[in-house]
Amino acid sequence: MFSLYARRRLINAMNLTISMLAMAFGLFWLAWILWTLLRQGLGGLDLQMFTQMTPPPGSQGGLLNAIAGSFMMTSVATLIGTPIGILAGVYMAEFGQKSWLASATRFVNDILLSAPSIVIGLFIYEVYVVNVHHFSGWAGSLALSLIVIPVVVRTTENMLKLVPNSLREAAAALGAPHWKIIMLVTLRASRAGIITGLLLAVARISGETAPLLFTALNNQFWSSNMNAPMANLPVVIFQFAMSPYDDWHKLAWAGALLITFGVLALNIIARVMFRQKGARG
Amino acid sequence: MTNYALPIQDAAPDVRSAPTEKLAVRNLNFHYGKFHALKDINLSIPGNRVTAFIGPSGCGKSTLLRTFNRMYELYPHQKADGEIVLDGENILDARQDLNRLRAKVGMVFQKPTPFPMSIFDNIAFGVRLYERLSTHEMNDRVEWALKKAALWNEVKDKLKQSGNSLSGGQQQRLCIARAIAVKPEVVLLDEPASALDPISTAHIEELIHELKEDYTIVIVTHNMQQAARVSDCTAYMYLGELIEFGNTDTIFTTPKQKATEDYITGKFG
Repeated sequence: MFSLYARRRLINAMNLTISMLAMAFGLFWLAWILWTLLRQGLGGLDLQMFTQMTPPPGSQGGLLNAIAGSFMMTSVATLIGTPIGILAGVYMAEFGQKSWLASATRFVNDILLSAPSIVIGLFIYEVYVVNVHHFSGWAGSLALSLIVIPVVVRTTENMLKLVPNSLREAAAALGAPHWKIIMLVTLRASRAGIITGLLLAVARISGETAPLLFTALNNQFWSSNMNAPMANLPVVIFQFAMSPYDDWHKLAWAGALLITFGVLALNIIARVMFRQKGARG
Repeated sequence: MTNYALPIQDAAPDVRSAPTEKLAVRNLNFHYGKFHALKDINLSIPGNRVTAFIGPSGCGKSTLLRTFNRMYELYPHQKADGEIVLDGENILDARQDLNRLRAKVGMVFQKPTPFPMSIFDNIAFGVRLYERLSTHEMNDRVEWALKKAALWNEVKDKLKQSGNSLSGGQQQRLCIARAIAVKPEVVLLDEPASALDPISTAHIEELIHELKEDYTIVIVTHNMQQAARVSDCTAYMYLGELIEFGNTDTIFTTPKQKATEDYITGKFG
């Protein structure tokens, strides 16, 4: 009997060691990436970055136009994607459930969720950019919104499915019509989860380069015209990092650091919201 | 199956006035898909009394309760045939307005289900669906409902707090307050105390006693002592059939059916 117990302890210790090693392997690369990013990026992080435009090679400049462009396109994409995503998620969780339409939507949504973002960029290029004959901020926003939608659809549906049916029954038992049950009770119960999903979607699109390459392109100058090519952080980082110029490299690192901080901040906000929900029981 | 008339009239003398029939169930059959869950139920539930449904798990007592407010309609493949007459109207009629019916027939479930909102809003939720009250009237209504549910003294200083912050027993009384705030005529209780500790259970049972002054109460319970304590009439069900229905005292002391006696004395179930 003792030997059986000793054996179990040994297996446990081995498995624990393997798990720890796997974790260490993953963390090692992440730490290295972050360390490199901090070492290279912190030097370029100054006030100038937020006040000046992207410079030509060899001169001083900042990333203001790219930051503003990214901010505008991310906002528009979120504004387009959120209502569509939430409404579709509500349909699938509260109305469609197991109907063929909901199942088909769920299937297509899952494909869209895992589609390479460059395909989404090419798609918008084909159906929009080619037809209007120019790159634009709108095209970039559209491409990004196609990335937001499946994430929001999926989280909305999953979060609504977590709401126990007893809560729906309780609201129905008071004579509440279906739409009021959804608006006042189930969406409310899953609010924190849905907002978390939304923040994660925003975090994801703020770092996407591929869908913007063929849609928003880039712009060396200040432009708030959504109907013209628009500067944005990911593409600027891409171009500057590939260039042979040291000042451009420095700005690319600083931009990458900025995006990373932004995404980190959004993730922390999302986590804090979840924790509050847990504490309330 | 025998057609059971109002049981109280021919039973032990009741000091209160003779009850009137509130709900009449006639030839009720219920199906979950192909499963025949209720078989030809005939039953007459008296007004301003507490009627208990007892029986082993799966006997159909909750199913029967859920036909009274047509809760089953939330799910596909569930179907009831027959008649349930409430105040002269057949509530199984397709033309029956479901939401109006549910405002008239309130329900409290096994697990407390506070909505994700403040205690005040939990109570006001149902009221706002059907009445447009001034702030003052709404405050009065919330206070009235919470007092009726014997919860007012415990929550009067924290009406703005989330309903989830209350204890299990308090949450269940909150749900009862929420159900009676819309002033229903019938209150359905589906094992309302099975998830609660003995003290909270005692609170709820006292409450049931007081509520029958104003409402018709139907309670499903697994706890036979509870049925004996709180109810005026008891229905014993088994495998989707109504085996015996009568005055609670009679059912618990001199049941007519052998099956009822076996269940009540613990020989079966």
